[in-house]
Amino acid sequence: MNLLDRFKTGLTRTRQQTLGKLTGMLTPGKIDAEVLDELETALIEADVGVNSVEELVDKLRSGRSTHSGLDPAALLKSELISLLDDCQPERPERFTAKPWVILLAGVNGSGKTTTAGKLAHYFSLQGKRSVVAAADTFRAAAVEQIEEWARRGGARIIKQSSGADPAAVAFDAYQSARARGEDLLLVDTAGRLQARRNLMDELAKIGRVLKQLDPSAPHEALLVMDATTGQNGLSQASGFTAAVGVTGLIVTKLDGTARGGVVVPIRRELGLPIEFIGMGEGRDDLHPFDAKTFVDALLDI
Amino acid sequence: MLEQLTDRFERFVRNLRGQGKLTEANVRDTVREARRIFLEADVSLPAARAFVDGVLEKSLGREVLTSVTPGQQMVKIIHDELAVFLGGEFAPLQFGRSPSPILMVGLNGSGKTTTAAKLALHLKRRGRHPLLVAADTRRPAAIDQIETLGRELEVPVFTGDRKDPVAIAAGARDYARSQGLDCLIIDSAGRMHVDEELMAELATLQAAVAPPETLLVADGMTGQDAVRSAKAFLERVELTGIVLTKLDGDARGGAALSIRWVTGRPIKFVGVGERPADLEPFHPDRMAGRILGMGDVVTLVEKAQDAVDADAAEKMARKLARREFTLEDFRSQLVQLKNMGPLDSMLALIPGMRGALKGVEVDEGELKGITAIIDSMTVAERRNPRLIDGSRRRRIARGSGRTVQDVNRLLNQFEQMQKMMKRFGGKHKLWTHKGFSEIPRLCI
Repeated sequence: MNLLDRFKTGLTRTRQQTLGKLTGMLTPGKIDAEVLDELETALIEADVGVNSVEELVDKLRSGRSTHSGLDPAALLKSELISLLDDCQPERPERFTAKPWVILLAGVNGSGKTTTAGKLAHYFSLQGKRSVVAAADTFRAAAVEQIEEWARRGGARIIKQSSGADPAAVAFDAYQSARARGEDLLLVDTAGRLQARRNLMDELAKIGRVLKQLDPSAPHEALLVMDATTGQNGLSQASGFTAAVGVTGLIVTKLDGTARGGVVVPIRRELGLPIEFIGMGEGRDDLHPFDAKTFVDALLDI
Repeated sequence: MLEQLTDRFERFVRNLRGQGKLTEANVRDTVREARRIFLEADVSLPAARAFVDGVLEKSLGREVLTSVTPGQQMVKIIHDELAVFLGGEFAPLQFGRSPSPILMVGLNGSGKTTTAAKLALHLKRRGRHPLLVAADTRRPAAIDQIETLGRELEVPVFTGDRKDPVAIAAGARDYARSQGLDCLIIDSAGRMHVDEELMAELATLQAAVAPPETLLVADGMTGQDAVRSAKAFLERVELTGIVLTKLDGDARGGAALSIRWVTGRPIKFVGVGERPADLEPFHPDRMAGRILGMGDVVTLVEKAQDAVDADAAEKMARKLARREFTLEDFRSQLVQLKNMGPLDSMLALIPGMRGALKGVEVDEGELKGITAIIDSMTVAERRNPRLIDGSRRRRIARGSGRTVQDVNRLLNQFEQMQKMMKRFGGKHKLWTHKGFSEIPRLCI
């Protein structure tokens, strides 16, 4: 099954109740109030958020869409794709530094550890050697969990005892990776809610310590977000950006019925791109983000 | 907790209270605004519609429009509807024949393991003897995690063969009987509701265990998908209640609240922090008050009772009555205050405090500083602060690593406090607030 199919299979499960019905509804020349109401409902139920939904719907309503064509479905799709994809500066090439440092952050239970293993595996297929820093020293048995995932991803792991300073773990891991000439350092941090000031300070410290070793590190700070996240996602994105300069998102658990629509307001208001999407429990279930595939699957048209 | 929802509703209620006259048109506007607030807080669309329809019907049907205080009337209607929406009555845990099982189910990463441990502590503090059962055989290190948590909380953990959840649960029952433990908290693996195989496995586990309680653990930050996954779980297993997690911080929690609405199952607990004690029984009416910015003094008092040793409190009350409150007592008060949980979330429970504290960082370090200053005093000084002259102040400042100004400030504050205490005479309630009955003395 190719990526689009897999993604669609996940989303098709709820097709009948929500966005799917747009397919039949959005026929050319029928942008009437009822259609727009339905559209609004569908987008809200996809977690796109009231503000973004109103803006999108207003665009369709007033015919101000920058895209031409009469088919509202295609219009909506184009609007979403250009919002998620276009006018975004090319992401700098990876692995221009050695080790290339990717910091993974996010709220509790969003899937950081699993994603770290998947990322190591993903890059190992490109011939990159990875080290994982077990910087979640808070949660019970987090180190054991990341050890297992590092094994699955073919990465070496640097760990300390539970309760150790996570910044120190990151520091050690960086030095070890540099000494061995490895390509990628993945820093798996503890889950934290963005409203907890002291925990966000701790995260910021990890970033500062890495900067001492390489002023350009972390080269990427990826916010791992559960696709089921609602409008709190926006607050997560801004909270983590303030602490550690988030460069992009990884949306996980897209194999359920959630569509991760909150990435739309995140993109719109904070400009953060999605780098990867996660869709399962296997190490291969991580894919680079593609706006067209994402929106196709989101709208199923 | 539920910051966004509370913020919006607080502003909304303030505006509404000021309304001297309501017309049908502005009732409708008001209700539309409430719907928008709900949607922004991730309340599911059908639930938001149902809520709005309920409020609208009651507002237009009753004498809101002709009332002298229509705004107030409407606030009351919204409060009552909100309480109904949140579940009406408080629903305590159900227990069957000992050892009574509690099965924890939910999506991956919703917080089942953490909640299982919190629940174990909650039950233990209420005189039960729980056994944590590690039936999550899928996630790497899930068993290690629950073993570690059990060790920290001094709650026994049963891991069995680490392979088959049904066998583990059966083994746990026998083990609990032999050890005289009276309830099992079974931590099942997280699963996607669309995963047929795993959902079938869960149904099998439930059938084998036949628990009087099956709690769906749901992430408070979930969006519109919350109702879909909850419905799917409800179709496959007999749910008896809901635990909402990660409600500390600025979680909106709206969609999770709509799980109650869509499943008809009560919310039994909410997780409000990372520490094992950060689990609260859920009271719908109190939560409705909190969301509308009316505070929740009852919960505050209960937290105080949990954290404060009853004998010590009694002694303190007597001291207060005799006006013998000293810096030593003050210090032990501070320690107890810290035991109650994060200070800012405590203060938010006080009516009107939330607004007053908006944007103010409550500095827990400040408490530490005050404790250090008091620690640097001699016993005589603590009992009689009048002794503390300039030279003593300098010594105390040096000893505690604070400035003389800090010491001065503390002494001034303490003097103010003593004056206050004299005025209260240690026997009156500190606050009265509409709707809240007599409030027990809080020795702060």
